[in-house]
Amino acid sequence: MIFGFPLLSVAIWLPIFFGVLVLATGHDRNAPIARMIALVGAVLGFLVTLPLYTGFDKMISAMQFEEMYVWIPHFNINYHLGIDGISVLFILLNSFFTPLVVLAGWKVIEKRVAQYMAAFLIMSGIVNGVFASLDAMLFYVFWEAMLIPMFLIIGVWGGANRVYAAVKFFLYTLLGSLLMLIAFIYLYRQSGVVLGTGSFSILDYHALPIPRVEQILIFIAFFMAFAVKVPMFPVHTWLPDAHVEAPTGGSVVLAAIMLKVGAYGFLRFSMPIAPDASHELAWVMITLSLIAVVYIGLVALMQSDMKKLVAYSSISHMGFVTLGFFIFNAYGIEGGLLQMISHGFVSGAMFLGIGVMYDRVHSRQIADYGGVAHKMPVFAAFFVLFAMANSGLPGTSGFVGEFLVIMGAVKVNFWYALLAATTLIFGAAYTLWMVKRVFFGAISNEHVAHLSDITLREKIIFSILAVCVLGMGVYPLPFGEMMHASVNNLIVHLGNSKL
Amino acid sequence: MSNMQNLYLLVPLAPLLGAIVAGLFGKVIGRTWTHRFTILMVAVSFAASVAIFQDVLAGNTFNGPVYQWLTAGDTSIDVGFMIDQLTVMMMLVVTFVSLMVHIYTIGYMSEDKGYQRFFSYISLFTFSMLMLVMANNFMQLFFGWEAVGLVSYLLIGFWYDRPTAIYANLKAFLVNRVGDFGFLLGIGLVLMVFGTLDYQAVFDAASSHVGILAPIPGIYVDTLTAICILLFIGAMGKSAQFPLHVWLPDSMEGPTPISALIHAATMVTAGIFMVARMSPLFELSDTALSFVMVIGAITALFMGFLGIIQNDIKRVVAYSTLSQLGYMTVALGASAYSVAVFHLMTHAFFKALLFLAAGSVIIGMHHVQDIRQMGGLRKYMKITHWTFLAGSLALIGTPLLSGFYSKDSIIEAVGMSQLAGSGFAYFAVVAGVFVTAFYSFRLYFLVFHGAERFGKAEHAVHAAPKAAAQHDAHHGAAHDDDHASHEHHGLAPGEKPHETSWVVWLPLVALAIPSLFIGYFTIEPMLFGGYFDGAIVINQQAHPVMQEMQHEFHGAWAMAIHGLMTLPFWLALAGVVTAWYFYLKNPAIPAWIKQKSGFIYTLLENKYYFDRFNDWFFAAGARNTSRFLWKFGDVKLIDGFFVNGTANLIGKFSTVLRRIQTGYIYHYAFAMIIGVFVLLTIKTWFK
Repeated sequence: MIFGFPLLSVAIWLPIFFGVLVLATGHDRNAPIARMIALVGAVLGFLVTLPLYTGFDKMISAMQFEEMYVWIPHFNINYHLGIDGISVLFILLNSFFTPLVVLAGWKVIEKRVAQYMAAFLIMSGIVNGVFASLDAMLFYVFWEAMLIPMFLIIGVWGGANRVYAAVKFFLYTLLGSLLMLIAFIYLYRQSGVVLGTGSFSILDYHALPIPRVEQILIFIAFFMAFAVKVPMFPVHTWLPDAHVEAPTGGSVVLAAIMLKVGAYGFLRFSMPIAPDASHELAWVMITLSLIAVVYIGLVALMQSDMKKLVAYSSISHMGFVTLGFFIFNAYGIEGGLLQMISHGFVSGAMFLGIGVMYDRVHSRQIADYGGVAHKMPVFAAFFVLFAMANSGLPGTSGFVGEFLVIMGAVKVNFWYALLAATTLIFGAAYTLWMVKRVFFGAISNEHVAHLSDITLREKIIFSILAVCVLGMGVYPLPFGEMMHASVNNLIVHLGNSKL
Repeated sequence: MSNMQNLYLLVPLAPLLGAIVAGLFGKVIGRTWTHRFTILMVAVSFAASVAIFQDVLAGNTFNGPVYQWLTAGDTSIDVGFMIDQLTVMMMLVVTFVSLMVHIYTIGYMSEDKGYQRFFSYISLFTFSMLMLVMANNFMQLFFGWEAVGLVSYLLIGFWYDRPTAIYANLKAFLVNRVGDFGFLLGIGLVLMVFGTLDYQAVFDAASSHVGILAPIPGIYVDTLTAICILLFIGAMGKSAQFPLHVWLPDSMEGPTPISALIHAATMVTAGIFMVARMSPLFELSDTALSFVMVIGAITALFMGFLGIIQNDIKRVVAYSTLSQLGYMTVALGASAYSVAVFHLMTHAFFKALLFLAAGSVIIGMHHVQDIRQMGGLRKYMKITHWTFLAGSLALIGTPLLSGFYSKDSIIEAVGMSQLAGSGFAYFAVVAGVFVTAFYSFRLYFLVFHGAERFGKAEHAVHAAPKAAAQHDAHHGAAHDDDHASHEHHGLAPGEKPHETSWVVWLPLVALAIPSLFIGYFTIEPMLFGGYFDGAIVINQQAHPVMQEMQHEFHGAWAMAIHGLMTLPFWLALAGVVTAWYFYLKNPAIPAWIKQKSGFIYTLLENKYYFDRFNDWFFAAGARNTSRFLWKFGDVKLIDGFFVNGTANLIGKFSTVLRRIQTGYIYHYAFAMIIGVFVLLTIKTWFK
C-alpha cells in the first residue's frame, strides 16, 4: 500500500459513491447538477487511478497496492485487492473512459439524466473491482454486479428493440458466469484438500495442483464465462444486438471496457489455474480465434448498420487478443494486452463517432449517409483517423497489438499468422468501405445537407482519443513496459505443469 | 547527440511540422502562409539532405536508434536511422522532387478550396517517405510503407465528391494491403529466423541461413527464398508490379502534382528501394531473384502495350510509369541493384517532369485530359512543350540523356544475367524500348503537333454525360474522360490554350535539367565508382553482372557513342518514326489497325480484363461470401437455431410444465400418490 493509502478501494468506491450522490439529485429538473456531479466524480475517479501508474513498480511481477480485510471468515472469503502488470492498465483505461462517456451523454440524454450518469459511475467502480479483485468470491460479486448497470443502460436508454437485446445480453452472460461459480466452489474444496483450509484466494489457486480431467473441466467452465464476454466465436451474437440497441455511452463502455474483462479472465484465471488444460486446449482457442478474425472480418463487410459493423469489427479484433494469449509467447500475450488497450481507444472512438452522427440524423444505416465530409470536415478527419487505427495502420495504436500478435504467431505456426494477417485486408476493406460510403461522395440527402460540424465538447472528446491513439502508436513502450514482468512471470508459470 | 544526428532528425521532422501546421492551423494562417511555411520546411529538409550527402561522401555513415519503440520478449524494436549512400540518394530525390511539387502546387491548386489540406498531405507524404528510406529496421520500414499508402489514399481521394476518385483510393489502399499482407508475413519470418528486426543484424546473420528450410509447415522452400519472396510481394503492391499493378492507373484520379510526386517519382519506387536495401538477403536466393526478374519483365512489357491505346494524357504517363517500374524490377532481379536505383533516380526526374508538364497542359486546356481534343499545343505552351519533349527524349533513352544511361545499363545487365528467366526478361526489356518510344511520341505528337482539335464546344458538352454514364456503369471499361464530371471547363470555341504561370513552369525547367544531364554525370560514380559499396551487397561469384559491365564501360561519352550502334537505339528510333508516321503523317493507319486487330485491341482496351476479374472474383466474391456467412452462419445457425432455438425450447418446455400446474387439488393429490408409488417401487427394486 503505497502512501499507506487504499488507492484501489478508492478507485472502486469513489465512482460508486458519486454515482449514489448523482442518484440523490433525483428528478430531471436537477439534470444540470446531476451532470456536474457526474463529471466531477468521473474526473476524480480517473485522477485517483493515476498514482497506480506513477507508483507502479514495473520491475516486479508480484501484486502491488494490495489491500486485505476479512470479509466472511467462515468461508475464508476476504476483501482482497491488488494489481499487477496485467490488470493495472485496464483500471486506468476504464477510469479514463468514464469522464468521456459522461461528456458524450451530456446533451443527448434528456430523460432520467441522474440515473443514466449514476449507472455509468457505478459501472466504472464495479469494473475496477473486477480488475482489482484477488479473491474469487469478491471477483464473482463484482463480475455479476457489472451486468446490472449495463442491463439497465441498454434496457432503459436503448433503441427500439432494447428489451430483446438486454435480455439476450443478460442471459448469455449469466449462463457462463454460473459455471464459473461452480469452478470456484470446486477450487475451494480442492484447496481445502491440498492446503488444509479452503481458500478463495486467486493467488492460492495459481499454485494449486489440479488433476488433468479437473483442469479441463475448470478450463471449460471458465471458458463459458469468459468467452461469452470477449466475445469469442460462436458465442458472439449477443454483442451486435446489444451494441445496436445500446445508447452511445453504453456501446462505448461495452466495447472499450466490458469486452476486456473476458480476455482478462483468461489471463488471470484459465491459464494460470489450469495451465495443462490450457496447453491441451490451445488448439481449440486458436481455431476459434482465427475463425473470429477471418469469418467475423468477412461478416463485418456486408453490414448495413454502422454499429453492427463496428461490433463485428470488435469481435474480429478481440480474436487477435485470444489468439495472442493462446500462442503462449511474450509477443502474443503482450500483443494481446496492447491490442485490448488499443481496441478500447479505437472502438470507443468509433462508437462515439457513430453516436455523433446518430444524434444528428437518427439513423445508423450506412445507406442514409453519404458525403458527410462536406458538412463535417473536422469530424470526418477524426473519423478517418480512427478508421485507420481500426484498420491497423502503423503509427496508430491499432497496429501495435496486431503486429506483435502476428509476429508471435509466425513463431508458433506460419499458417496461424497467415490467417491472422488477412485482417490487414478485411479490416481495411470493411472499415474504409464504410468510411467511403458515409463520408465521401456527393451529399446524398437532405439530412446530410443540414448537418453541422462537431461542437467544442465533441472536439475535446475526440481530440483526447486522437492523442491516445497516435501517442500509443508512435510510442507504445510506456504501455508495454508496464506488463513485461508480469507477462514473463505468467509465461514461466505456464511452463510448469500442475499435474 | 552529435550535430549530424540532429540533422538526420531534421530531415523528416521538418516536413512533419509543415504538415501539422498546415493541417491544424491552415485555416488560421491562410493560404499564402500555408504554402510558404510548408515549402520552407521541405526546403530545409532538402538542404539538410544535401549536407548529409556531403557528409556521407566524406565517408561518414550512420546506423543507430533514435528511441526505443517497444520491447517484447527479449527483442527490442527501435525507431532508428540508417544513413548510407543509398539512403542519402533517396533522401535527395525525395526532398528535391517534393520541393518542386510543393512549388508547382501553388499554381496547380490555386483555385481549389482544399488548398491547405493539400499542402498538409504532401508534406505528410514527404515525412512518411523519408521515414521509410531512413529506417534501420523492418518495423519502421513497415511504418513508412503503410504511411505513404495512407497519404496516397488520402490524395487519390482528395476530391472526395468524385465517385471515381473514392473508388480509386479504396482500390489503391486495398490492393496495397494485399501486398502488405505478404510483406508483414515476410517481416514475421525475419523476426522468427533472426530474432531481430534490425537491418544490420539481419544482414550479418543472413549467410548462415542459406540452404535451411523455411519454418513453414508443409512447404519445402529455402528460408531466404521465402523471406525474399514475401517481402517482394509487398514491393509488388507498392511498386505496382503485375498482378498487383491495377491500382496505379486509377490513382490518376488524384490531382496531378501527387501523380508526379507519389505515383511516379517516389512512393511507387519504394519497392525498388526496399529490394535494393535488402540486397544482402536477395543475393542469397537465386529463386527469389528469378521471381523478381520475371515479374518485372512482365510488367515492363505488357503495361507498356497498354500505354499505346490510352487517350487520357495522365493515363499514358501512368502506364509508362508501370512499365518503367518493371524495368527497375528486372534490374533488381539481375543483381544490378545499383542500376535499378540509378534508373529510379533518373526516372524520378523525367517522370515527375512529364507528369507536371502534363498537368501544365491540363491547366492550359482548362481541365481537358483527352489527348484527342488537343493537338498543336507547341505554339501556345512553349516552355511546357520543350520540357515535355526533354522528358520524353530522356524516357525513351536518347543517347547522352539520363534515361539512356540508366535504361541501357538495365538492358545490358539483363543480357548478362545467367538466372532462370533472364532470356525472357531480356526480350521484354528490349521489345519494351520500341513500345516506350512509340507511346511516348504518340502522346507527344498528339498533344503538341498536328491539327488543333481543341476549342470545339461539342466535346465539352459531349464528354460530361458520357463520362458520368461510364462511372455509374462498371468502371471496367476505358476511362477516357474521367475528369469530365468534375469542373469540366474545357476551352470555349475559339479560345486558345495558354502557357501557365511561373510557379508551374519553373519546376518544369528545374526538373528538365537533371532529366537531361544527371545520367551523364553520375553513371560512372554510381554504377562503377563504388558509390554504393557497403550499402548494396552483391555476391560477385554467383552474380558477376556488375563486374562484367564494369569491364565494358569506358566512360559516359563512349557509352553514348556505342549506344548509337546497338539495337535499343534503333528500336527507339523506329518507335518514334512509327509514331510520327501513324499520328502525324498518315492518321488513318491507327484506325485501320484498330479495326483489323479486333481481339487484341479489345484485350488491351480492357487492360487484359484484370479489373473485371478482380471486381467479379475478389470484390463481388467477398461480398457474397460475407452475405452468406452473415445471413446463414450468424443469423440462421447461431442465433436462429442455437440461441433463439434454446430460448424457444425452454419456452415450450415451460409451457408444458405450466399446464401441469392446474390449481386443482385432486390433480396434485394424484401426482403425489403416483410419486409415492414410484419411489416405493424404486426403493424395493434397488435394495
